[in-house]
Amino acid sequence: MRVEDHPILGKLEKRSIVEIEVDGEVIQAIAGEPIAAALLAAGKGIFRYTRKLHEPRGVFCAIGRCTDCMMVVDGVPNVRTCVTPVKAGMKIQTQHGLGEFKESS
Amino acid sequence: MRETELAIVGAGPAGLSAAIEAASAGVQVTLIDENQKPGGQLFKQIHKFFGSKEHYAAVRGFDIGAKLLDEVKRCGVEVMLDSVVWGIFSDHTLGIIHDQKNIRLKADKILLATGAMENALAFPGWTLPGVMGAGAIQTLINIHRVLPGKRVIMIGSGNVGLIVSYQLLQAGAQVVAVLEAAPKIGGYGVHASKLRRCGVPILTSTTIKEARGKGKVEKAIAIKLDQDWREIPGTEREYDVDVICLAVGLTPLSELAWMAGCRFEYVPELGGHVPIHDSNMETTVPGIYVAGDLSGIEEASTAMEEGKLAGIAIAEALGYLSPEEAKNRKEAVSRRLDSFRTGPFGEAVKKAKERLQRQGEAK
Repeated sequence: MRVEDHPILGKLEKRSIVEIEVDGEVIQAIAGEPIAAALLAAGKGIFRYTRKLHEPRGVFCAIGRCTDCMMVVDGVPNVRTCVTPVKAGMKIQTQHGLGEFKESS
Repeated sequence: MRETELAIVGAGPAGLSAAIEAASAGVQVTLIDENQKPGGQLFKQIHKFFGSKEHYAAVRGFDIGAKLLDEVKRCGVEVMLDSVVWGIFSDHTLGIIHDQKNIRLKADKILLATGAMENALAFPGWTLPGVMGAGAIQTLINIHRVLPGKRVIMIGSGNVGLIVSYQLLQAGAQVVAVLEAAPKIGGYGVHASKLRRCGVPILTSTTIKEARGKGKVEKAIAIKLDQDWREIPGTEREYDVDVICLAVGLTPLSELAWMAGCRFEYVPELGGHVPIHDSNMETTVPGIYVAGDLSGIEEASTAMEEGKLAGIAIAEALGYLSPEEAKNRKEAVSRRLDSFRTGPFGEAVKKAKERLQRQGEAK
């Protein structure tokens, strides 16, 4: 949910919208905002599942310190989504366990 | 290898203030931050600051941030953003990753102003999505303008818990209660009163017992504590919430100071392990300085003053300020710091700081 109107910060100014893909679903994001903000605004709270117990994890610190919000972004695992800005066409996946780095050819 | 006179790690209130002070005295300054934008946590602080006029009282955090950024630009500080400092070596070299490339930066003096991170609190269900730090909520609602939930319970009634509760109301959320394990409200009366006027209950001697939900927070169970902080069975109360917000303190981000070999002291009043430093903010490793939350958890106002102190001391050490001029400037800053560190919290912090500094002077 977006904070459209705010008593101190005023109205949310119009900013350009980009589309990103989350587990195959296209959602809209504000250009330049962190991936995590776009996901939470779209009502998505589960970012990854833990390795052993497959428990869900979401955003905890939102400033890139706790690493709870890591996801697979354009094939790269363990990306801190709270400090990584969205880019048009980005493909984001829920991460399971520790993620796998693919050998670059 | 690149070289600079002063490398500052962290462009929050402490790092920015130090950069301005040192650069305006003539020091070549490189300011490094891992974020896309400088300012640290200042821009999410939409409330008016405390203290006297010299402490930017009644000015909102984001306005202070904008002012500091203007000054940094004006005095010709080199700012490296999106740059993570991953290592610090004995020859005063920093390892920095920028754009997936490694940069080595050698500096005559290094100021670590890395700040702090939020504490978590362990209780059944604490890892469920929806359990978040108060600072996280502040970042989301005030900077990114995203509300992560509609009904929030706040854990902790220190200033952060109280201020963020109010900011949640401003952002359009409902705060069902603020829980405080201690028998008294932790933060300033003025912040608590604002919340009470809005009808938010602040429950003392009460804590969180459990978070429940499938894949996300759906319920919070609160429980009362007796005078020995033990749970009183039968006093559980259930709240329907989608966010449990933790405002239970901060811990200094001290990795680089440990790596540099600084000596530490465990000081609970200052948030945990803190590098020992003298009144110039210099650590036990010559040429490495600290300022802001890393040197003890306080407020943005004190972080700015400590940054200035370090900036002046470094300019003096590099020969840009005469000892007399430096002394005058440092005394003015120390006076402002003393006037801020008053009241029950301030006094405890002041004593702890003085103890640390005595060890720092004796190094």
